[in-house]
Amino acid sequence: MSIDHTTTRRVARLARIAVDDAELPRLADELARVLELADELERAPLAGVAPMAHPLAQTLTWRDDAATEPDRAEALLALAPDSRGGLYLVPKVIG
Amino acid sequence: MSGRPAWQPVIGLEIHTQLSTASKLFSGAPTAYGAEPNTQASLVDVALPGTLPVPNRAALEKAIRFGLAIGASIAPHSVFARKNYFYPDLPKGYQISQYELPVVSDGRMTVRVEDGRTIEVAIQRAHLEEDAGKSLHDAFHAASGIDLNRAGVPLLEIVSAPVLHSAAEAVAYMRTVHTLVRWLGICDGNMQEGSFRCDANVSVRPLGETRLGTRTEIKNVNSFRFVEKAIEYEIERQIRALENGETIVQETRLYDAAHHRTRPMRGKEDADDYRYFPDPDLPPLVVTEADIAAVAAAMPELPEARRRRYIETLGLSESDAQQLCADKPTSDYFEAMLALLPGAAKPAANWVLGELAAALNEAALAIEHTRIPAPMLAGLVARVRDGTISGKNAKDVFAAMWAGEGDADAIIAARGLRQISDDGAIQAAVEAVLGEFPGQVADYAAHPEKQEKLLQFFVGQVMKKTRGQANPQQLLAVLRDRLRAALDA
Amino acid sequence: MSGDVAQLAHDLRARRVSAAELVREALAAARRRADLNAFVTLLDDAAADAASQCADAALAAGTASPLAGIPFAHKDIFCTNGMRTTCASRMLENFVPPYDATVVERLRGAGAVAIGKANMDEFAMGSSNENSYFGPVRNPWDAARVPGGSSGGSAAAVAAGIVPFATGTDTGGSIRQPAAFCGITGLKPTYGRVSRFGMIAYASSLDCGGVLARSAADCAQVLAAIAGHDARDATSVARPVDDYVAALGGDVAGLRIGVARQYFGGGVDGGVAAIVHAMLREFEKLGARLVDVDLPNAALAIPAYYVIAPAEASSNLARYDGVRYGHRCADPTTLEDLYTRSRAEGFGAEVKRRILVGTYALSAGYYDAYYLRAQRARRLIAEDFARAFAEVDLVAGPTAPTVAFKLGEKSGDPLAMYAADVNTVAVNLAGLPAISIPAGFSDGQPVGLQLVAPAFAEARLLNASHRVQLATDWHLRKPAR
Repeated sequence: MSIDHTTTRRVARLARIAVDDAELPRLADELARVLELADELERAPLAGVAPMAHPLAQTLTWRDDAATEPDRAEALLALAPDSRGGLYLVPKVIG
Repeated sequence: MSGRPAWQPVIGLEIHTQLSTASKLFSGAPTAYGAEPNTQASLVDVALPGTLPVPNRAALEKAIRFGLAIGASIAPHSVFARKNYFYPDLPKGYQISQYELPVVSDGRMTVRVEDGRTIEVAIQRAHLEEDAGKSLHDAFHAASGIDLNRAGVPLLEIVSAPVLHSAAEAVAYMRTVHTLVRWLGICDGNMQEGSFRCDANVSVRPLGETRLGTRTEIKNVNSFRFVEKAIEYEIERQIRALENGETIVQETRLYDAAHHRTRPMRGKEDADDYRYFPDPDLPPLVVTEADIAAVAAAMPELPEARRRRYIETLGLSESDAQQLCADKPTSDYFEAMLALLPGAAKPAANWVLGELAAALNEAALAIEHTRIPAPMLAGLVARVRDGTISGKNAKDVFAAMWAGEGDADAIIAARGLRQISDDGAIQAAVEAVLGEFPGQVADYAAHPEKQEKLLQFFVGQVMKKTRGQANPQQLLAVLRDRLRAALDA
Repeated sequence: MSGDVAQLAHDLRARRVSAAELVREALAAARRRADLNAFVTLLDDAAADAASQCADAALAAGTASPLAGIPFAHKDIFCTNGMRTTCASRMLENFVPPYDATVVERLRGAGAVAIGKANMDEFAMGSSNENSYFGPVRNPWDAARVPGGSSGGSAAAVAAGIVPFATGTDTGGSIRQPAAFCGITGLKPTYGRVSRFGMIAYASSLDCGGVLARSAADCAQVLAAIAGHDARDATSVARPVDDYVAALGGDVAGLRIGVARQYFGGGVDGGVAAIVHAMLREFEKLGARLVDVDLPNAALAIPAYYVIAPAEASSNLARYDGVRYGHRCADPTTLEDLYTRSRAEGFGAEVKRRILVGTYALSAGYYDAYYLRAQRARRLIAEDFARAFAEVDLVAGPTAPTVAFKLGEKSGDPLAMYAADVNTVAVNLAGLPAISIPAGFSDGQPVGLQLVAPAFAEARLLNASHRVQLATDWHLRKPAR
C-alpha cells in the first residue's frame, strides 16, 4: 500500500507535529510500511470476535468524593516554560 | 405571502451541568468556584507525565440519579472514551468522556411551555465527562493565560433529541432541566459561574419534511434569555438564507449579545477528527441493580410528583402548587410547615407564597437564608388558626418576627396582641357599646336595609373599645345574637 | 559489585560493608563504565551519602527490610521527585518531577538506594536502546552490539555489575529482550500487578513495571517490594501479593512446560534455538515435563501490537505540547507553531513514526480497519494462551530470535527492528507475566529463555527459574571487563 503526501500531512497536522516537505516522502513511505504490517490482520479469522481493550477482565473501581489534593500551584507552575500571574501562557488564541 | 412555504425549526440542546461534587471527576482536587488560578489543579489535572485518572463515585451516583429521574435506562456496562484534540485548556490533549456507551440513555421529560402547552422531550443520552480549563484572552498583550482549576470538574452532558420546534420550547425545556438538576441536588445551576451551560443545535426544514436540514451549533450562551434570543435569531437567519437560495454552512456560532445576533466562531478549524477510543487507563464501568437501588432509595420526591400531590391530595391550586415546586428549598420549607400544621395546607401555602416571599424578595434572600425558619412561621399560623390573634395582627407579628423580635408567642405577649376570645369580656364590651349608642340600636331594629352597615359600625366601636383585640368571629356572633334579642324584644 | 541481593544483604548485616560503601562503590563503577552510556543521570556523592545514611541507620537498629542499603538503578521512565526524569527524550531533557512514582516510593520505603536513572529507548519505544536522545547504550558483552531495549540502560548496568538490580518497563518485551541480550534475568509481571502511577506512559494497556537482576531470587525480592494495589492507578489490581521469596524453593517435579512451535519459527537463529532446547532439558532433569502446545494466532501479535501500541501512544504523548512542562520551541508565533515545532523538536524519529502510525490507525475511516481489528486479534492471542494454560503450567521459548545484533544493524529499518519482538509482544497483548533467564551462549553472546505463566502466577515463574538457576550457572556468568 502507499500513503500519499496529503494524507501524511493531514495525519501530521492531527498529531501537531511539524513536518517539512523534504521529510514527507520518507515519512509517507515509513507510515505505509508499518501499516502494511497491520494489513496482515485482514486475513485473520476475526469475524464475531469482540475487541479487547483491556488485557484483564477488570471493572472500574471508584474513589470516595473528597477534596484531598493540596494547592501545588507554585511547584507546578515552576515547571512551565512560560507562566505569569499564576497562569500558563501560550501565544494568543483567537476566537 | 401566499407562496411562502412554512418552515419548521428543529432544535436539539446539549446541556452541560457541572456536578456538585467536592472533588473532580478523576482527581482529588477541590471543585469550589472562584479560587486563585491553578490552585485547584493537581498533578493529574495538569497532566504531568505518569499521572493517571481515578474516578469519583459521587459523580456516577449523581448521573444515575438524573437517569432515574428522567425514566432513562442506566447502562449496566458503559465505557469512558478519549476524545482527542489539541487546545491549551485541555492538558492531556484529550478529554475523558463517554462515546458509544454512555451511562444514561433514552429518558424523557414533561415540559410546560409558556403558552400553556405540555410537550414530551426525549433525552437521547446523558454521559459523564471532564470539564476543560479556562483560557483568558484579555489578561496579556500577545498571550492567552490558562487556568486549570476547572479542568477535570465532572460534567453530566445531557443531550436532547432534536424534537424542539421553537425558541420558546427550547427555553422551557432548558428551564425544566435546570429546575430538576437543582432539585435533585446534582448541580447548583449557577449560570454566572458556568455550572450550567447550553449549546443549541439549530436547523430548519420545510414543514412536512422528515429529513433534517443542515444545522449550526450555537455555543457558550449563559442565560435563558440569551439562549432564547440566539435561537430566535438563528432560525430567522437560516430561513432568510434558504429563501434567498443560499445553503446553510454547518458551523459553530457564538451569540453576540451586544448586537443581538449570532456569528461564526473565528479561527475554528475544519472539524477535528476526535479519534475516540476506549480509555485504556479506565476499565469498563459496571452498574449493578444494587447500585441503582441504592441511588433510587435516596432519591427525593420529584418536582412533578410533588406538584401533583399538592393539587390532588392537599387541594392546592395549580398555580400555588407550581410556585411551591419551583425549587426544592421552597417546597421543603412548605413540607416542614405542613409537618407541624396537618390540614393547614392552604394557609401555609398562602403565608409562604405571600408574606414570606415578599419579605425574602425585599431582602434579596434565598429561602435557604430565611430569617424565619419553617417551624417559627408554622407557630404563627397556628396562633391565627387557634384564634389567639386576628389575621390582621398576624401580619404585624410576622414583621416583628422578621425583624428578629422573637417567635410568635413572645411577640404576642410582649405587644399584648392576644385576641379577646373570652365570651364574658366580649359580652361586656358589646353591652357597653350598645348602651352608648341607643339611637343606632333603634335604627337597627327599625331599618332592616341598614343592618349590615350598622353591624359594621358596632363591630368598629367594640374593636375601638377593646383596642382591636376582640376576636372578630366571636364578636360578630355575640353582636348578632344580642341585636336579634333586641329585635325580638 | 559481584554479589547478588541476598549476598549483599548478608554482608551488610554482618557489617562486612556499609550501605554508604556499597552506594559509593556503585557510583564509582557507573562512572568507570561511562563507555556503556547506561545512565542518563547519576546521583552526586552528597545525595548518595544522605540516602545511604537512612539505610545504615535502619541496619544498625535491626529494623531494615531485605533491600535496605542495596544500590540500584531506576529506568529513566519512573518519575523521581527532585531528580531529572527524561524518558531519554529531548522533550523531557530538563524535566524534574515534583513527585515520585509508586515504584520509586516503594523501593525507597524498602531502603534500597537508587544511584541514578538508567538510559532507555525514547519513551520506551525501541528494541535496541539506539533511540535515546542521550546516545545509544552498549552491550557489556560486546561494545559493538546493542544491549536490547527499551530497558537497555537497566540491563547493561546490571550485566556490567554496576548495580545488582534495576527497574524496567515492558510493553512489548522491553525488560525481557534486553535481559536476554545482556545475559541477565528480567521479569515482566502480570498487567496491573505493579502500579503505573508515575511510570511515564507509552501504551497504557500494555505497559508493565518490572525488574532486571542477576537471578530469579533477586527478582523475587524486588517484586515483593513493588507489587501490590495502588489507589492512584485504576488499572492496578487489588489481588493480594503472593510471597514470591517463600515460593522460590518449591519442587518443580511434574511441572508441565509448553513448547510452542510458533516460538521456534523461521526467524529464530539455529544457535539460539539449540541453546534454548538445551536449557529446557535442564528443566526436564528437575522433573518438569515438556508438552507441545499450539499458539495458532501467534503471527497476529506483531501486526496487532504495532497498531495498538502506537495508537495508545499517539494519545498518551499528546500532553507533550510545550505548555505546562517539557521542551518548548523558541519564540512561538502562534499556538499551532508552539505545538508543531515543540513536538517536532522534542521527539525523536521513532517516536514521531509511532505517533503518526497511531494517529492514522485511530482516525476517521480507519478505526475499524486498524484499531478495532487489532483489538480483536488481541483477544484471539489471549485465548490461545488460555487454551494452552489448560494443558500446561508454563509456556517456553527463546526470548528473542537472535542474539544481540550490532549497533546500526537494524536501526535504519524499523520493520526489521519490530520483527525482533516476535516472541515477546504476544505476552503483553494478553497481559500475562513472563521472565527471561540466561540459557547459555551462541556465537559468544548471551541467549535468553522466556517462560510465560498465567495471570498472577509470578511465583510459579520465579520458582521454576530459581530451581533451574540452582542447577545451572549461566546466570552467574559475567562479561570479561
